[in-house]
Amino acid sequence: MLFTPTVIKNLLKKPATRLYPFTVREPFPNYRGELYIDIDACIFCGTCARKCPSQCIEVDKEQGLWSCDPHACVYCGICRDTCPTKCLHMKDVHRKPMTERIMMVEKGEPPKPKKKAAEAAPKAEAEPKADDADKGESKKADAKKK
Amino acid sequence: MATTVIPFGPQHPVLPEPVHLTLKVEDEIVKEAIPALGYVHRGLEKLAEIRDYHQMIQVCERVCGICSMIHAVCYSQAIEELMEVEVPKRAEMLRVIWSELHRTHSHLLWLGLFADAFGFESLFMQFWKVRERIMDINEATTGSRVIVSVNVIGGVRADLSPEQIRWILGEIDIVEKEVRALQDTIMNDYTVKARTVGVGVLSKENAYLLGAAGPTLRGSGVAQDMRMLGYGGYSELDFEPVVETSGDCWARSTVRFRETLQSIDLVRQAIAKLPEGELAAKVKGNPPEGEVYMRVEQPRGECVYYIKGNGTKHLDRLRIRTPTFANIPPLLAMLPGCELADVPVIVLAIDPCISCTER
Repeated sequence: MLFTPTVIKNLLKKPATRLYPFTVREPFPNYRGELYIDIDACIFCGTCARKCPSQCIEVDKEQGLWSCDPHACVYCGICRDTCPTKCLHMKDVHRKPMTERIMMVEKGEPPKPKKKAAEAAPKAEAEPKADDADKGESKKADAKKK
Repeated sequence: MATTVIPFGPQHPVLPEPVHLTLKVEDEIVKEAIPALGYVHRGLEKLAEIRDYHQMIQVCERVCGICSMIHAVCYSQAIEELMEVEVPKRAEMLRVIWSELHRTHSHLLWLGLFADAFGFESLFMQFWKVRERIMDINEATTGSRVIVSVNVIGGVRADLSPEQIRWILGEIDIVEKEVRALQDTIMNDYTVKARTVGVGVLSKENAYLLGAAGPTLRGSGVAQDMRMLGYGGYSELDFEPVVETSGDCWARSTVRFRETLQSIDLVRQAIAKLPEGELAAKVKGNPPEGEVYMRVEQPRGECVYYIKGNGTKHLDRLRIRTPTFANIPPLLAMLPGCELADVPVIVLAIDPCISCTER
């Protein structure tokens, strides 16, 4: 009997739940969702790989490769907070379920060794411009099967 | 009379996590209960040898799926004591706010599951509906619903803006109003009382001798709450342990219900006393050689962390004793003499968190 007032209130109110796939709640702006990298700003220092608690990030400085296993990532946001160039970001929505196991691999321009930078300067200027056009397309295609 | 053996668990509709009890029953009366644990052991303590002491915060958060914040606070406080780091006052108070929000949502979750255990499905839904507001506060302020991940050694890494504080105060007012609307049902309803009053009685002496912790202990009349030690920001807050004396399932649920309201009050007090200042102290170097023993109050009771540093970035030993582990011997004392139909209610009354216990 003591529950009756709650029952009557619930009868008169609109439903407490949403029709989820059709009505989606607005995400909170600070939500730690899917991780992604702005590879052009990355300097391949490897701080994210060292700080990551689940050790899911690998950085190859020589080849300019940044890879992350999204299935091992715990979405703590430590890599994003410690990145010196702030090139890691998190979307405000979670990653959608996947049917296949993937590995996020991003290819960027590896940093030039400091001493040789002056000698190779004329060549280095010409190369990145040609690469820039490819980068946008290659990002999506980089999700390879493991 | 012949003895029958009935297996209870590891998979049982009332248990969110796997624990097995071998029940020896005569007629419908339980005579003996033998527990078996070990279905969800993950070896988290061993990870301390390969993850550095900063990364272990994220591991400790995952010891429990409900009270991640309080595990992280306990671990951080232990490392801070070992390294003699002084945590800024604002960070301490922010930790209290998130810890109490975790306690609120953990108790609301339990009250719902408890109602479900004795078959009151609509009460279960009401408690979980109220709980969603707390989850929204967690998500909006920290970035995640349960695994909030805001602790760092030396402080916190998220802040509350004045707008967020105003919003939180409004939300917890609504939560309090909605929780109070359910007070009469969980405490005084005839059907609820028929399933909880006098069921699974644990005397004050037994509770103390068998080493019960948290609401199980306080439901039996022992006023022991680790928050009274005054760790973190709790020394500046005004509160007293919630105690009931009857020692049955009704007392344990009433303790948790009143603690929910107490936690909401503590959030208000902590927000009122939130000082300005830095969020985290700078931490340099590695934990020195030494041992630290840290105790905090989790929603389920006293949680103990033992840490041994060896001067490197890895710890020699991390030992976690969780409240459910302490509450299993009292559970085995409660079960003999009860009816078989009351076993789910009694098992749930200790709020078992098995993945905590096995780590």
